[in-house]
Amino acid sequence: MTLLLLLLCCAVVGAVCFAAGAAYARGAGHVLGAGFVRGAGRRGPARGDGRDPDGVERATFQTLHTASLAAPPLRAGLTADTARKAVRRLRPLLGTQSLALTGLDGVLAWEGGGDHHGEQLAAQVTKAVQAGRTRSFFVDCDRADCAVRFGVVAPLTAGGRPKGALAAFGTHDSAAVARATEEVARWVSGQLELAELDRARSSLIEAEIRALRAQISPHFIYNSLAAIASFVRTDPERARELLLEFADFTRYSFRRHGEFTTLAEELNSIEQYLELVRARFGRRLQVTLQIAPEVLPVALPFLCLQPLVENAVKHGLEDSVERSLITIVAVDEGAVARVSIEDNGVGMEPGRLRRILNGEGGPTTGIGLRNVDERLRQVYGENEGLVIETAVGAGMKITLRIPKYHAGVHAHAPTGREG
Amino acid sequence: MNQPYGVAAVSAVIVATVAVGALGLRISRTTSDFYVASRSVPARLNAAAISGEYLSAASFLGIAGLVLAQGVDMLWFPVGYTAGHLVLLAFVAAPLRRSGAYTLPDFAEARLESRAVRRAAGLLVVVVGWLYLLPQLQGAGLTLGTLTGLPSWSGGIVVAVVVALSVAAGGMRSITFVQAFQYWLKLTALLVPLLFLLFAWYADGRPAPALDEPPGFRGHAEVRVDDGVTLRIGEPLRVTVTGTVDGHRHDGEPVELAPGRHRVDAGTVLGFPPGSTVPERSTAGGDGGTSTGWAEPRGHAGEEHPLYATYGLILATFMGAMGLPHVVVRFYTNPDGRAARRTTVVVLGLVGAFYLLVPLYGALGRVYAPDLLLTGNTDTAVLMLPDRLIGGTAGDLLGALLAAGACAAFLSTASGLTMAVAGVLTQDFLPSPRGVRHFRLATALAVAVPAAGHVVVQGLSVANAVGLAFAVAASSFCPLLLLGIWWRRLTAAGALAGLVTGGGAALAAVFATVMGGPDSGWPRALLAWPAVWSVPLGFLTMILVSLATPKRVPAGTDAIMARLHLPEAPVPVPPAGAWKARR
Repeated sequence: MTLLLLLLCCAVVGAVCFAAGAAYARGAGHVLGAGFVRGAGRRGPARGDGRDPDGVERATFQTLHTASLAAPPLRAGLTADTARKAVRRLRPLLGTQSLALTGLDGVLAWEGGGDHHGEQLAAQVTKAVQAGRTRSFFVDCDRADCAVRFGVVAPLTAGGRPKGALAAFGTHDSAAVARATEEVARWVSGQLELAELDRARSSLIEAEIRALRAQISPHFIYNSLAAIASFVRTDPERARELLLEFADFTRYSFRRHGEFTTLAEELNSIEQYLELVRARFGRRLQVTLQIAPEVLPVALPFLCLQPLVENAVKHGLEDSVERSLITIVAVDEGAVARVSIEDNGVGMEPGRLRRILNGEGGPTTGIGLRNVDERLRQVYGENEGLVIETAVGAGMKITLRIPKYHAGVHAHAPTGREG
Repeated sequence: MNQPYGVAAVSAVIVATVAVGALGLRISRTTSDFYVASRSVPARLNAAAISGEYLSAASFLGIAGLVLAQGVDMLWFPVGYTAGHLVLLAFVAAPLRRSGAYTLPDFAEARLESRAVRRAAGLLVVVVGWLYLLPQLQGAGLTLGTLTGLPSWSGGIVVAVVVALSVAAGGMRSITFVQAFQYWLKLTALLVPLLFLLFAWYADGRPAPALDEPPGFRGHAEVRVDDGVTLRIGEPLRVTVTGTVDGHRHDGEPVELAPGRHRVDAGTVLGFPPGSTVPERSTAGGDGGTSTGWAEPRGHAGEEHPLYATYGLILATFMGAMGLPHVVVRFYTNPDGRAARRTTVVVLGLVGAFYLLVPLYGALGRVYAPDLLLTGNTDTAVLMLPDRLIGGTAGDLLGALLAAGACAAFLSTASGLTMAVAGVLTQDFLPSPRGVRHFRLATALAVAVPAAGHVVVQGLSVANAVGLAFAVAASSFCPLLLLGIWWRRLTAAGALAGLVTGGGAALAAVFATVMGGPDSGWPRALLAWPAVWSVPLGFLTMILVSLATPKRVPAGTDAIMARLHLPEAPVPVPPAGAWKARR
């Protein structure tokens, strides 16, 4: 964030510098093109000496405004399309004969005449990029209609890496144009830098979502395999069944496509999970289901119930010796489906639960509950997280409200994205 | 009709509805077997639920009444109500399901990515829902009034309260079971008495309805006229009168009525000799019957432009079924697009079977209850017939069964509509945070408005009022759904303009009709059957405005079109081997 602000400041300062440079150039009278002092020049009464404060302010405003028009396309990165839009805005700023934006391997956009010098420019760009500084060069041209005699190439960088170059062409040599081009190139670099930051930020969000995707616990894999192993000799048929159950469960959990699933599929995965748990705990686990068939097609974030069931199992079985009873209820409430998962286990102290949900539970606590809560909030809005009723020794009841329709939530991804 | 039987039957239906709604889930779906718990609703059950919700008081009572009064032209009502599902099946059912939308506003938002269109669609859902609830409450008032003799507005209020309470208390939780139960109840309630009635009719010597002649009384008939009425009499008629005719009080003495118009005051009892023809009510429009042309197409009474009216009816019902909010939400229960199609096919069968029975009641009513033409209560024909044909305890029991069916009809449709309207009100119009209390408030609002309307607007034919709700749905949601699903250049601006223009125009016509607009001629016909012009208007506006705003085609159109039209990704098949055979 700080970096972002810093860059923004740089951009503004750069633009102001450029405006000052422009005013100076006008004073010096090295006018290569007509458009350069457009606006300020026409209106400024004290033309030339730059001492009129009004004129300078207006010039500054004009320059900043033009620059701000060129900024949005550049913020989307450097492509032929954005370069074309940006160059159209930037040429009046510099007022040169022609202006071009190039990538590292070729011209992206050329505004003004003389675009047959592309080849020549590419060579100059390579040199400028290698040197990392602005180069000016003379242009030999025998075409009668071509007024280009002199060019300036300034490299563009973003994130410390070269991205391309800005090239200005005029009728004769001019130090002022070279300086101005360099400043504009610096400003463009600033914009490209911001574009990179935007991209980085969105990929960060994507990574966060990917990190939030439910993970099945490594313990569970270990325990399940151990339980299956114990059946291999005594009951090979059951071992085979369990292994297939395990394979199915992991395939569902590890699948990569689609962020959402249906309640029916999620229930299926819970069944496989419980089958594997039963292999360890046998008859101590009892499950009651009451699912309204109307809500089976409801779309919901992938693996957002299974961790809750896992949680219930943990509280009911691993932390006590009693018989464990888990109740899963899903009811139809018109536009929403209400799903609740209840266990009769050891429960939890509400304060501790709150800390876990806030991510302050310490390293020993599982991340299941918090993960589901965060994903629900991310998908359905801040108010739609888990509702948990619990106390020490009183079991735990977790309730979710899932809208039947929510913009952007689709269980069935379009075909062709399998795998 | 015997009161205790009827009241008992209606009470039984209400109690059964609430019980199935509240306990159905607990009984049928409490299990420890995942295989049982995650079985989706089979197409047959869902289709029965959709039919149960769809077949309203208008179908159960209204159509027979219209056929009795106005003849074969009215058969377009059952045809249209059924064929609407054919259009739904062919063009809408599967893509709508694949869109993932639960309500019509959901579909609008999913397809057009616009909150404004969503709100407009939500508003129209509320309006269509209210328009449709109005005749349901009216049917309720009629049935309960016939059963108990209460004034007809009180019956509507009673049902409104019952529906509001059961919906607000979450009594409609297992709505699929409730509505499926209601369908079979309605079919039974219609079929069983009909069989008995047909036997009785056969035993009576199979009198045919007098096709082209004014219907006549088969025996001596005493008819009580509850509202003041002007009768038109073709040939001299000798009746006994207790009450006031043409300003003269009579007390049970015979009176010779000359050809011409005669004013009969409210409360008068007329006694007709056997074989005399039924005089014609000469009120403008309304429910008056014809004496001739009953069996002829395009000859129905009160319509000066029968062909136009027929087309209006056809368009409204064919295109309107897909825009009924309570029907659309039921499609969400299907697991995928294929299942949605299959469900619609079954709905066609179930609804078609039901509508085959209804006109028979109308025809029998023409023979055995022609006096209803005189009193104007033709909507009660279905309830009256067992008493007229069979009589005695058997007649009372059959009448009670029919009353139960009628009760199921208005309960199921009214609760479905209330749920749909309350859902949209909570989601789109009441401020968040949403909660149970908000839903209850919305439920109260959803019922209160049509209940108030039903007290104010009396005397609208039940089936006609439903026809108006269909017209509004056809002019707004039909273009939205058809173009939204089948035309990728639809824009949010176009959809919004079309919804407002088409729906608004139809709605204005409906209000003009209900409030008593022009009495005759083309203006009346145009306003009473708006679908002929308002449906094309809705389509045209949507298309033209969309074409004028080509740059505003939503960015995600291709993606959503692919989702609407491609079959769902196949569910991963378990690895080879039949190991998954469940225990």
